[in-house]
This record gives sequence, C-alpha cells and structure tokens, in this order.
Amino acid sequence: MDLNFTKEEIAFRDEARHFFRTAIPESIRAKVAEGEGLTRDDMITAQRILNARGWATPNWPVEWGGQDWSPVQVYLYQDEMQQANCPSPIAFNTSMVGPVIAQFGNEEMKRRFLPATANADIFWCQGFSEPGSGSDLASLRTKAERKGDKYIVNGQKIWTTLAQYADWIFCLVRTDPAAKQQEGISFLLIDMKTPGITVRPIVTMDGGREVNEVFFDNVEVPAENLVGRENKGWDYAKFLLGNERTGIARVGNSKAKIARIKELAALEFAGEQPLIQNARFLEKLAAVEVELKALEMTQLRVVSDERKLEKGKQNPASSILKLKGSVIQQQLTELLMEVVGPYVMPYQREFDGKNEPIVGPEYATEAAPMYFNYRKVSIYGGSNEIQRNIIAKAILGL
Amino acid sequence: MDFDLSEDQRLLKESVDRFITDQYGFEQRKKYMREPAGYNPAMWDQITEIGLLGLPFEDTLGGFGGGGVETAIVMEAFGRGLVLEPYFATVILGGGLLRRAAPEATLGALAPRVAGGKLKLAFGHVERHSRYDLADVTTTARKDGSGYVLNGAKSVVIHGDAADKILLTARTGGERRDRAGIGLFMVDPTSPGVARRGYPTQDGLRAAEITLDNVRVSAGDVLNDNALPLIEHVVDEAIAALCAEAVGAMQVMQDLTLEYLKTRKQFGRPIGSFQVLQHRSVDMLVALEQARSMALFAAVMAEETNPIERRKAISAAKVQIGRSARHLGQEAIQLHGGIGMTNEYAVGHYFKRVTMIDQMFGDADTHLAFLARHGGLFGRAA
Ligand SMILES: Cc1cc2nc3c(=O)[nH]c(=O)nc-3n(C[C@H](O)[C@H](O)[C@H](O)COP(=O)(O)OP(=O)(O)OC[C@H]3O[C@@H](n4cnc5c(N)ncnc54)[C@H](O)[C@@H]3O)c2cc1C
Repeated sequence: MDLNFTKEEIAFRDEARHFFRTAIPESIRAKVAEGEGLTRDDMITAQRILNARGWATPNWPVEWGGQDWSPVQVYLYQDEMQQANCPSPIAFNTSMVGPVIAQFGNEEMKRRFLPATANADIFWCQGFSEPGSGSDLASLRTKAERKGDKYIVNGQKIWTTLAQYADWIFCLVRTDPAAKQQEGISFLLIDMKTPGITVRPIVTMDGGREVNEVFFDNVEVPAENLVGRENKGWDYAKFLLGNERTGIARVGNSKAKIARIKELAALEFAGEQPLIQNARFLEKLAAVEVELKALEMTQLRVVSDERKLEKGKQNPASSILKLKGSVIQQQLTELLMEVVGPYVMPYQREFDGKNEPIVGPEYATEAAPMYFNYRKVSIYGGSNEIQRNIIAKAILGL
Repeated sequence: MDFDLSEDQRLLKESVDRFITDQYGFEQRKKYMREPAGYNPAMWDQITEIGLLGLPFEDTLGGFGGGGVETAIVMEAFGRGLVLEPYFATVILGGGLLRRAAPEATLGALAPRVAGGKLKLAFGHVERHSRYDLADVTTTARKDGSGYVLNGAKSVVIHGDAADKILLTARTGGERRDRAGIGLFMVDPTSPGVARRGYPTQDGLRAAEITLDNVRVSAGDVLNDNALPLIEHVVDEAIAALCAEAVGAMQVMQDLTLEYLKTRKQFGRPIGSFQVLQHRSVDMLVALEQARSMALFAAVMAEETNPIERRKAISAAKVQIGRSARHLGQEAIQLHGGIGMTNEYAVGHYFKRVTMIDQMFGDADTHLAFLARHGGLFGRAA
C-alpha cells in the first residue's frame, strides 16, 4: 500500500493544474467560483479549449478522441479541473450520450455525432424523466411509433436541464407498448429544431432557469437516429447511468468551496474577530473537511478498483460516492450562508443589468440561491433514497 | 398548568385563521407579490379591520393589550399564509419598541395611528459588520441642540421600504460594542440626508438599505437615548413571534408532504407506502412538534422580566426552531422530488421563508453559543 502518487502522477497533476488555471478564461472560472450561472457561450468556449487539447472526452474510446489514462489520471484530471473552478465539459455530451453512441451506435452515427459532440458543436440535453416517471423511469410513456423510415414521437419530458440551450435531445421512448416495461424502450436522438417540439421553462425556487418541460407533438424523427437496436434502450440507459463512476462525488468541487468559504470567512466578522478565527465555526467546517477527506479516499479506492471491473459495469460503491458527495456539497452551501450572515437575505437576481449597486458584499448574493438550488443534488441522477435502495440490494444483498 | 386558550384567544384564532384560509391561498399570495409594493394594500386594510394592528397596545390606545400568546396565534396563522404585508415590522417590532422604549407621549400619539393602519414602521439595527450583535452599533448620534444628528447606515431593514417611519439604533456615547450609549431614534425616510433603497428578499418579502448623512432628528423623535435592554426585550418578543410564524410554515410543509406521499405514485404504488419514507415523515413530525413546544415556551417566556432567564428561553426556542425547520424543510423538498424544487409549487416558498427566519436576529448556532455561555437551561447537581 502506498498512498502517495507516483512521480508520473504528480507530473500529470501539475500539468493539469497549470493547464486549467491558464487556458480557461479567468472570467469563466470566476463565475464558477461565485456560483453564478454560466451562459451557453461560456460552456461551449470552455469545452472547445479542453477539446483542442483532447481533454474534453478523456473517458471516450481513444479512436474517438479519448485518452488512454489510468483511473488515477482520470481522477486527477477531474480533481484539478474542479479545484480550478473550470467548468466541467457538458455532461450530457461527454459523459452521457457520447459514450453511448461510441459503444452502441453504428459507424455512420459515430462519424456524424461524436466529433461534433466532443467539440460542443452540438449541445445535448437529456430527455429521460417524465411527469409520471421519475424514480420509476422504466414506466415512461412518451411513445415513438415506427412509420416507414420515421418514428412519430408523442409525449412529454420534464426536468430537462438546459433544453433551452440544446441543439439535440437524447430520449428514452416507448417503442413497444405491449412488452414488459424495460423491454419496450428505445434510445432516440432528436433534433430540437424538428417541428412539433415545444420547450417550456420551469423556474426553480432559487429563481434559476435551468430546467424545462419538453413536449412532443407528432414529431417526425428519421429512423436512422435510433441508437443501437429497437427496444434495447433500457440497457443503454443503464450503461449511461453506470458510466459516470468517478467524479460523481465532486470532491474537487467541494474542495474549491471550502477554499472559498475560508477566504470569505476572513472578511466577515463575528464580534471583534474575523469569522475564520471563530472556534465554533472552524470546528463545523473541519468536521465537513474530515468527511470530505474520507470521501476522497473512498473515491480513490473505487477508482483503483475500477481497473478490475468489466467495462460498462457499475461498481455499486459509486452509489456511496453519490450519497456522501451530495450531502457534503449541500452542507457546504449551509456554511457559506452562515459566513455571509444577514446579507443572505437580499434577493438580487432581478437587479441584473439594472445598474444598481449590490446590497452588501458581492459574494453574499449567491449564498442563499446556491443553498436552495443544491437541494437538487440529492434528487437528480437517482435520488439519495434510490441510491440507498441500490446499495441495500447490490452491496448488502437485502 | 393549562395549555388551553381563553375564550378571547380562541376568537382571535378563529378570525385570523379564517382570514388566512379565505384570503391567503398560495395562488392569491402570488398575485399579491406582484403588486408594486410587494404586498397587497387591500390585505393591509383587512388586517387593520380585524384589529390585528393594535395587538400590543392597551385599549385606550386603540389596541387590545395582547401578549405573547396572542402574538403567537396571529403569527402562526401568518406563517401558514406566508403573509407579505409589513405586520411583523410594524406591529411586533415597531409597536413593541414604541410600547417598551418610547416616552408615554410618543406612544400615545403614535399607537392609535399604528392600530388604525395609518402608520407603518420598521426597525433598523443590522450594520455591515454587526452580524447579529445588537450592541455593535457604529451609526453615530451627535447631540445638536435639543435633538441629534445621525450618520451611518443600516442594512436589511425588514420592510424598510414600506415604512412611514424608521426606528433605528445609533450610538449616543461609548465605544463600538458597548452596551451603554445606544439610542433609539425615529427617522422620516423622506427627510434630508436619508437615502433608502428597497429590494425583495429571498422569501419574497421586502427589505431596504438605509443610509444617514447628517440627518437631523428633533427632540420629539428621540425615543430613548440609552435603550439596549429595552430593545433586547422587544427583539426577544420578535423572536418568539418568528418562532410561531415558522411553526405555521412548517405545519404547511408537513401537510403538503404528507398529502404528496399519499397521492404521488411510483413503481405502481403511492410513494408513502415505502416504509423508509414513512419513517422520514415521522421524523418530520417529531421535529415539528418539538418546534411547536418551544414556540409556546417562547411565547410565554417573552413576557419574563428577568432578562437573562428570558433571553436564555428565547435562545433555546430559536435553536429548536432553526434546527427543526432546516430538517423538516429539507426533507419536505427531498420527499417531493423534482416538483419540490420549483417556484410554481408552494413547498419551496415555505422552505425559503423558514431559512430566512433562521437568519433573523441570530441563527440557531449563534443562539446555541449564547445559551452555552450562560450555563444552558438546567442546573447541575449540588
Ligand atoms: C434540477 C433538476 C435537474 C434535472 N435534470 C434532468 C435532466 O436533465 N434530464 C432528466 O431526464 N431528468 C432530470 N431530472 C429529473 C430527476 O432525475 C428526477 O427528479 C428524479 O429521478 C426523481 O424523480 P421525481 O422528481 O419524479 O421524484 P419521485 O420519483 O416522484 O420521488 C419522490 C420522492 O420519493 C422517493 N422515492 C421514489 N421511489 C422510492 C422508493 N422506491 N423507495 C424510497 N423512496 C422512493 C424519492 O427519492 C423522492 O424523495 C432533474 C431533476 C432536477 C431536480
């Protein structure tokens, strides 16, 4: 056992650190640090810089622009990227639909989509959840009927993140209503400009505009946009969900948040002392730091086990990472609120562009919205209750 | 010991509850929020008509001499409706300060106007680095003839933009965090040297930043030149009121969640049939009942005259409310899944309100530290 990184790994880490902190525009990284929303352009700009170096899609097959990295390298890459407040490549592109197409698509489809997906020439969104099908995704009802060389799609998706930015949507659709739930589902790629698609925004409680409803009314989709085989979509979806083994814990992200909390706690006062000298506050923060360190070690254990796993098989321990990682991220947003104290209260999003000076310190403005918004991380991507069900079944055998 | 309400209290509760049920549905509230003032002036009139604005004042002043329990009855109902009108700022803070800290003549002149809905008040105490310390006052009051000249700034003045008069603290003497030398002044926001900027708060209410640049205050508007102990008593009453409001808000989150567990189906059955979610909602109920008990404790102890006993009790309640509300609120969102995250659905609005209540007059941990410093609530064996 050796908990130290090798010389090569350290060299790689330093290279990554330098790259993320110099190649990605400071203005974009500052937005990530402050929790301000990124524009579509910001995301595409960042991804293209990564892609130019072959670093947008390290997890893809090498022939389609992936890197032949060890799991530790993948870990270091993510950790450094997150700590540098560099935006992660668009997850829908690089960790969801890309790997699915690379694994199950035909050559024609790969050529058509993979380079454009890696370079964010296509901005993807994920059309899985429906109003009646969240945790119970396999009950989904949006249907696609084959008519000649087309599918006719009717139904509704919901919670579709950034559908307003998206050029394309990858959807789970029901192609065989008679089959058993999981066996009648297909994986379909749909151009968002196709007639019959309507996107309606859903405002989240923090005032954010990131999720949407997407309606399909007799939408004609060329049959060639079917990924793999008809009625095999559930397998591909499981592959997609199991693909993000590392990084799901967002350890680097939480490290960046801790760094920021410490920076800001030096500027805020509790009585005569800066908050950063307040023993109670420091103990609370340290307690989260302990949890985060433990999570990092757990993640490294999962990462180094990964070599031994068959490709596409999910290590159930990744559910542990999601569980702990989400709770730690949420706790840190609580501590950030505590740092800014009464200045949590002003709601300043509407002031955007109105040229009014900010009320209180600028860094206070996102504290409450971030706390509200981060409630989502224990809901999406398989809620924490569902993660516990998975662990109970797959690890504990209950 | 008797937890029953008196006949008068029962009637008060009925009329406030009816007002909330009839006038303060979630969709109605959304409309009120879009009014230019950020609340509905017609609702203010109704609150006036029911007589709630006179709560803390004697009947000779147009009020009905309500105490902690009456305040809690009103505020709990207001918490259920997430009431937007500046009741808390005007009556609980403003009215309380007039009653406890102002000269008789000022109280006599202003209380009837407050009770009649003609005078809205707000209380400015937060400063840039004061956090939750009421004694941390850098705004200065310099004696000038029979009055004073004020300089400084007050932040996050709740409903400061609706107020006709702003009551605020300024230092008449002593050093920055001294307990002595804190005066209470009444400022007309339209008078020279006062700048006011209103804005919405996270929970859909309103607040304002107030800056004071050589603002002259005449002798009549000097409410008290050394007011901290009195202000602390009013703030304790205000915290008790917020505790009751939070309990009302928590009750709604609990009800909404329970209803959702019974109706939302996944995997072919109501999600409330999953035992794990049953236990989670049981824990929410426990949190709610613990909070309700401490809100009652606070309502009664708000009238305690021994300041240290009173402040300890109020701190204990604020701790319990803060923790219960955070737990219950987070669980309410979680058990709703995606829908709980949205602005269209009610539960998030209650969640935001209780989160802001935790930030008002000291968060749970600040009060826990105070309580610990003063030896906790129970004695030690001899
Ligand atoms: C901000 C945000 C962004 C999202 N982005 C996307 C996206 O881009 N694309 C997409 O397809 N989806 C997206 N989602 C949807 C997300 O995946 C679902 O919200 C999630 O799967 C939960 O489904 P639901 O909201 O319908 O809740 P439900 O499934 O109705 O769950 C309600 C509650 O019941 C619990 N529960 C359900 N079943 C069980 C069980 N068997 N045992 C114990 N507890 C259970 C849940 O954990 C939850 O607490 C997003 C959601 C959010 C909030």
